Amino acid sequence: MSGGESANRPGQFMGYALPWGFVALLALVPVVFPDPYLLAVLTSAGIFIIGAISLNLLLGYTGQLSLGHVAFFGLGAYASALATLGFDIAIGFGLRLQVAPQPVWVGFLAAILVAGGFGWLLGRLAFRVRGAFFVILTVCFAQVLRMVALNWVELTQGPMALIGIPGFALWWPGEGVVELTRKDQNYWLVLAVTVLAFLLVRQLVQSRFGRAMVALRANESLARSVGIRVTHYLTVAAVISAGIAGAAGSLFAHYTRIIDPDVFLFIYTVTMVIMVVTGGKGTLWGPVVGGFIFGLMPDLLRGTAPPEVQWVIYGAAMILFVMFLPRGIVPALQALLRRRAA
Amino acid sequence: MDQTLQHLVNGTVLGGTYALLGIGLTLVFGIMRVVNFTHGELYTFGAYMAYALVALLQLDFILSLVLATVLGIGLGAAIELLLLRPMRRADIDSVMLVMIGAALVLQNAEMWAWGGVAKLIPNPFPGEPLVLGPVSVLPLRLFVLAVAAALLLGFWLLLDRTRFGVAMRATFQDPETAALMGVRIGWVNTATFALGSGLAAAAGALLGPVFIVSPTMGDLVGLKAFAIVILGGLGSLPGATIGGFALGYVEEFAGGFVSTEYRDAFGFLLIILVLALRPQGLVPAKERIG
Repeated sequence: MSGGESANRPGQFMGYALPWGFVALLALVPVVFPDPYLLAVLTSAGIFIIGAISLNLLLGYTGQLSLGHVAFFGLGAYASALATLGFDIAIGFGLRLQVAPQPVWVGFLAAILVAGGFGWLLGRLAFRVRGAFFVILTVCFAQVLRMVALNWVELTQGPMALIGIPGFALWWPGEGVVELTRKDQNYWLVLAVTVLAFLLVRQLVQSRFGRAMVALRANESLARSVGIRVTHYLTVAAVISAGIAGAAGSLFAHYTRIIDPDVFLFIYTVTMVIMVVTGGKGTLWGPVVGGFIFGLMPDLLRGTAPPEVQWVIYGAAMILFVMFLPRGIVPALQALLRRRAA
Repeated sequence: MDQTLQHLVNGTVLGGTYALLGIGLTLVFGIMRVVNFTHGELYTFGAYMAYALVALLQLDFILSLVLATVLGIGLGAAIELLLLRPMRRADIDSVMLVMIGAALVLQNAEMWAWGGVAKLIPNPFPGEPLVLGPVSVLPLRLFVLAVAAALLLGFWLLLDRTRFGVAMRATFQDPETAALMGVRIGWVNTATFALGSGLAAAAGALLGPVFIVSPTMGDLVGLKAFAIVILGGLGSLPGATIGGFALGYVEEFAGGFVSTEYRDAFGFLLIILVLALRPQGLVPAKERIG
């Protein structure tokens, strides 16, 4: 059983006050340190943490190593960007599909729906095959999408990238509905979505659904024999996980205002996987802890090491964690605390 | 018709090197149950070593290819001893993650060492294509095909006719029993991984002069190697050979007749189709794996 759920039970302090205090501290960052560089770093770390939280649902709770997770992130980014920019493409038989520019919240919903839809498709397909096959299938899925994004120039502008994507528009206290252009506004938006994603996943894994997933991970044939509908649960998990990743992609698109086919790069999946694995897969806080470490590390190393060396350090860190702390930081800390308490 | 013949020739040349890549990967999976994400990086490594030996040290072309392959074998052995041997009891996913980390380290170390600018490997073959009726082919490509074929044959002989080959096949079928019969599994694993890496490095050194050498050249190739192996059935040697040629032909014909832009995508679409419809691959391995 994973330690994530049990950690929330002993003491209201650990389970309630501490996390919310942490969120409150993070919310105060733009007020106390209004440094645009720091906020930019934290915002992009936050977007990847959302991705890692969604990946954890598959990787940590159902035990399926999905290495195509960036596909959903990229699909969300493109869906949201295209919905807000509008497009006009030929769909065969001389027909054209025209979509006028939509408000950003429509794009955000479109991102979740499109990514979730593809999650369903991949879930139906991939859960027929397991283990190494599943991993390779997910990698290929992301590759195919990257090639479509590169070559379907009429829709995606290919390597020329989609530019001029509007910023997120929201009702803002004292200002009415405005486009979020300031760093602090985007930071709070990403923080809020991260908290929502965290709460959604927590709700899910602490429900009957989550117990079914844990049962699946522990012993699939036994779970099947007591009447857990394996394919159904795995597919639902894939859809929700993909939907959250799509939401992260949408945030990314409206934050950076420009996206190109590189959002589908394998390296982004690897980043999310590293975050989940080092933090502790199958624990609620694992992706958050791992996300902070690997989201902030590039900027701590900036200036001291060229980007290639940073990636070498990333790779080496991943190897060392898997070899020497295979369950991740959070379970190790929990074990340490429990021993201290006993 | 003329075009068809030309595509057939090009597909065969491409397929030969794909088969080399596929065999190395499928062997490592079949014997060690390791999904080797460093395979594409070993391919890149082979190409860069060939570049260093031919262009920088001015060594003989053929000798350089041999040395690049030997260096690939050495790097493979080092990876096996350092990373895989300590992970023998770990689950397949953890090993996969370690291999991804290793691929990340290798690729970025290459980028750091050689810079992002693509390199050209000079070769001694004439630049004039040989013309045979409607088909024309560069002598260099013929050389690549001949070497690939020789390596494939040599590898098959090694597996089929030598004591070492018997030990490998025995480990493939049943590691525990093989160990009881006196096969030293640890060394079979090291040798398997080193040989698989050597084949990838050889493919890189062979194709380096045909294309250009860049640090990310292994990305697509690594994924294609997976495509080949899945196509043929994970762990099946004849499958990987057939899969290699099949992918070469599919890319060449689809690229020629359907769409050049999506040329590289066809391979991946093929895998998704194969996995969806026939997950055991075209030629399922006789021994039950996975």
